[in-house]
Amino acid sequence: MAKTYEPIATYTAPSPQASYTFTSIPATYTDLIIIINGSVASGNPSVWMRLNSHSATAYSYTRVTGNGTSALSSREVNQTKANIASAFGMTTTYETNLIVQIMNYANTTTYKTILTRANTPSIGTEASVNLWAKSPEAITSVEILNSSAVNFSTGSTFTLYGIKAA
Amino acid sequence: MATYIQIATFIVGAGGQANIEFTSIPSTYTDLKLLVSARDNRSGTDSDDFKLTINNNTSATYSNKRLYGTGSGTGSDGGSSTGNANSYSGVLTASTATANTFGNTEFYFANYASSTNKSWSTDGVSENNATSAFAAFYANLINDTNPITRIKIEGYNGNTLQQYSTATLYGISKS
Repeated sequence: MAKTYEPIATYTAPSPQASYTFTSIPATYTDLIIIINGSVASGNPSVWMRLNSHSATAYSYTRVTGNGTSALSSREVNQTKANIASAFGMTTTYETNLIVQIMNYANTTTYKTILTRANTPSIGTEASVNLWAKSPEAITSVEILNSSAVNFSTGSTFTLYGIKAA
Repeated sequence: MATYIQIATFIVGAGGQANIEFTSIPSTYTDLKLLVSARDNRSGTDSDDFKLTINNNTSATYSNKRLYGTGSGTGSDGGSSTGNANSYSGVLTASTATANTFGNTEFYFANYASSTNKSWSTDGVSENNATSAFAAFYANLINDTNPITRIKIEGYNGNTLQQYSTATLYGISKS
């Protein structure tokens, strides 16, 4: 039986840090899934993602959000990073679950689509679809960062899984 | 190196049953994924929510936020309370839904065996091929720092899970 959902890399922050980057991602899988679980040192920063260190205005996203009172949808274009949790972000409580799915990440023929789910139970839930419209290339690195350069707390976890189609 | 391992599966038999509960969940994985296909007999409606009870804990504080769409509208709700009132998470079809149609829900529990409070992500749908259906995203939390060893799912309004409802629990390892 073929293995699925193989762990590629995992990291638990031993001390507060501003970001984490998965590097040298092999091209041998079909899709990628990233699971992030944790908190931040202060405030309520948004969480973003950059692919292959690319920071030009080639990202766009559409999101739907619910804060327990209202449902909203919005859209941004020409962004310098992809959205994971921009509506509600992370808090100082260890409660946030972030799920990122990148389909067909290793091809060199298409732009990349990324689905994200962000859950911070005390403030809201969010789902988004992102497009990375850079000249097509395989994804080999993914940087997770937040908006305020606030540190991810000690104990926050970042795990990358690969899924094979066959 | 094993990942995405089936831990247990339940299929509701003839006559239905009140709930499905996974017990003695080992702490040897990193995350849990629970996939459910279900229907209950809640009257007068085509959908229902699940009520989750973690570790048989009905005295802890459960919190949630829900974002939903019905095909004709959207909304968001949620809250925080002691006991299961805010443990609703996930979607199943109910008595007025198209026959033989079951809702589908995925629950994802990251770091379920850690010593922190437990949060989970839920996506649920009850597509009905009729005038209304329900799709929802949930963020849930229980203020319980023990590893998750039990997960019970049941219709939020106390109705009976119908025959052919299924639930499968998978363990996902990061190493």
